[in-house]
Amino acid sequence: MKIRVKLFAQFRKNRFKEKEIEVSEDTSVSDILKLLEIDEKEAGIIFVNGRHFENKPVLENGDQVSIFPVVGGG
Amino acid sequence: MNDKIYRADLSTLKAWIEDVPENLNSLGGRGLTSAVVASEVEPLCHPLGKNNKLVFAPGLLSGTTAANTGRLSAGGKSPLTKGIKESNSGGTSAQLFARAGIKALIIEGLPENKNEYYGIRIRKDSIEIEKTHLWGKGNFETIEALSKGNEKCGVISIGVAGEMKMAAANISVKDPQGKIRSLGRGGLGAVMGSKHIKYVVVEPSENDQVHVEDPVKFKEAAKKFAKALMAHPVSGEGLPTYGTNILTNVLHEAGGLPTRNFSSGNFEGHDKISGETMHDLIEERGGKVKHGCHAGCVIQCSQVYNDKDGNYLTSGFEYETIWATGANCGISDLDSLAYADNLMDDIGIDTIETGAAVAVAMEAGVLEFGDSKGFVKIVEQDIKNGTPLGRIIGAGAEVTGKVFGVTRVPVVKGQALPAYDPRAVKGIGITYATSPMGADHTAGYSVTSNILSVGGFIDPLKKEGQIELSRNLQIATASLDTAGLCIFTAFAILDNAEAMEAIVDMLNAKSGSSITGDDVMSLGASVLKMEREFNKRAGFNEKDDRLPEFFSLEKCPPHNVIWDFTDEEIDSFWNF
Repeated sequence: MKIRVKLFAQFRKNRFKEKEIEVSEDTSVSDILKLLEIDEKEAGIIFVNGRHFENKPVLENGDQVSIFPVVGGG
Repeated sequence: MNDKIYRADLSTLKAWIEDVPENLNSLGGRGLTSAVVASEVEPLCHPLGKNNKLVFAPGLLSGTTAANTGRLSAGGKSPLTKGIKESNSGGTSAQLFARAGIKALIIEGLPENKNEYYGIRIRKDSIEIEKTHLWGKGNFETIEALSKGNEKCGVISIGVAGEMKMAAANISVKDPQGKIRSLGRGGLGAVMGSKHIKYVVVEPSENDQVHVEDPVKFKEAAKKFAKALMAHPVSGEGLPTYGTNILTNVLHEAGGLPTRNFSSGNFEGHDKISGETMHDLIEERGGKVKHGCHAGCVIQCSQVYNDKDGNYLTSGFEYETIWATGANCGISDLDSLAYADNLMDDIGIDTIETGAAVAVAMEAGVLEFGDSKGFVKIVEQDIKNGTPLGRIIGAGAEVTGKVFGVTRVPVVKGQALPAYDPRAVKGIGITYATSPMGADHTAGYSVTSNILSVGGFIDPLKKEGQIELSRNLQIATASLDTAGLCIFTAFAILDNAEAMEAIVDMLNAKSGSSITGDDVMSLGASVLKMEREFNKRAGFNEKDDRLPEFFSLEKCPPHNVIWDFTDEEIDSFWNF
């Protein structure tokens, strides 16, 4: 299935900004992080289709995953 | 050494120094400004009349060697909300006040002579009211003129927006580079303008320093505190690298980035105004990625932004400003937003309120969404020169909505909502609704748990847990604002118990007290209740703790959510 991955801040370095990747069925958010060699602890904010990833741990075809490091502001 | 209260009465043009009353001794920053306003200001007074007062106070820890404690609070009755107001800022003045033993400066009365304008000059054991020729000048020229031959002085000033008593006028505070930090929200610049005060200069004297009862313990606690700030990924790495504007992309992805006057939670131009793009542009053009608003800041969230030719354009170009004037107005030209930001600093007007008011005018068709040139023209020509349109925008979003017959007007208690849609980030909606300050994200930054997953996670689209979250944060924030701590210390405090312990230890070591963490929280709770009580006496009731109707009627894409808290749920916020 196809998943659109968007990376932000320093995660873009030596990777990419936005890309559609082909993965097998039952791929989880954790699998995507492993594939991208991003440490789970360093991924502060992960959205799947704009919702916190815990709402949808297992992905479906066409999902969009957005990954940020630990950031803040305000 | 006992700190003193410095007081200037513009009705008699007399100024004097007085002892601090017993009940104010343990307060600083917001706790102190709000206590003075609550006890000395007639709640039903006109905010621009002779019975309102303007109070400045450094935090309890300001002026010490502790990291991120250089915040200055300003308080009074707000011409924008007609309720109590506290706004705080970095810059150099808080530390200079504290080191000179100035617990607070209270400015009261109105001058009889309508054609004379004044400044206030203070240093240790001295306060004078002086006539000035700087009325009519911009903030930058004012700061430069006052700092000539006196580079280390602190300056607190208003621009022409404050002189014209616009309800969105702010007060500027000189920063370590001679640029500007803002006491931004609620129109306190208009209160200063009503009293014909162009500036306050604070001159450092040799040997000025804050008295610390137990310097050894203080040093130890301050070290522990700085370590906790540096160890937290947000204050130690995220904020220094990408600044506050990293949030543009975060909120866009979360579907909570208010776009075109709160009509959507997504902005298609997000990438062009994002923190990532800005970071790259700053590096490419020789600006500064890291920059602090006061000496002793270890977070360095701010930056210096240059134009394409490498010339200075603005600094302190923050997420809230970029959102208010960018996504909220449908504008994606970062250079023109930076140019407008610098202009607004010089004119002395709140960027959030101005952006929100222009977006309401765009909704009415006064100009098109996305019209960056039109936006700059409104600031540069209309607001600066006080044309009728400039006066309307300068009066804030609520007045702009009334004048142009707009129903989608995002305000609470007359103050415009900042950069998070309350339908998609429900915890911050509770803060907007209940804060005695009007819609203010800094009053209780629920975005932490709702979006950033700092201090736990609470689903932003659900109601569960939001009231408690906002309540806990608003109480804690009132305490931080009283201590003079930067709000960004909260990320470390929320995730690391040692940071809070260090704050308690510093407060005790400084004053020789023996308070506990619980006492610090009770202090925050009492400040909040005191502020609410003032608002009640000023005519507010629970019906003022509501978001505008359109948030319950119009779905916010992409999540298509509405604001769905009941009145009873919102009112339960105050059960503490």
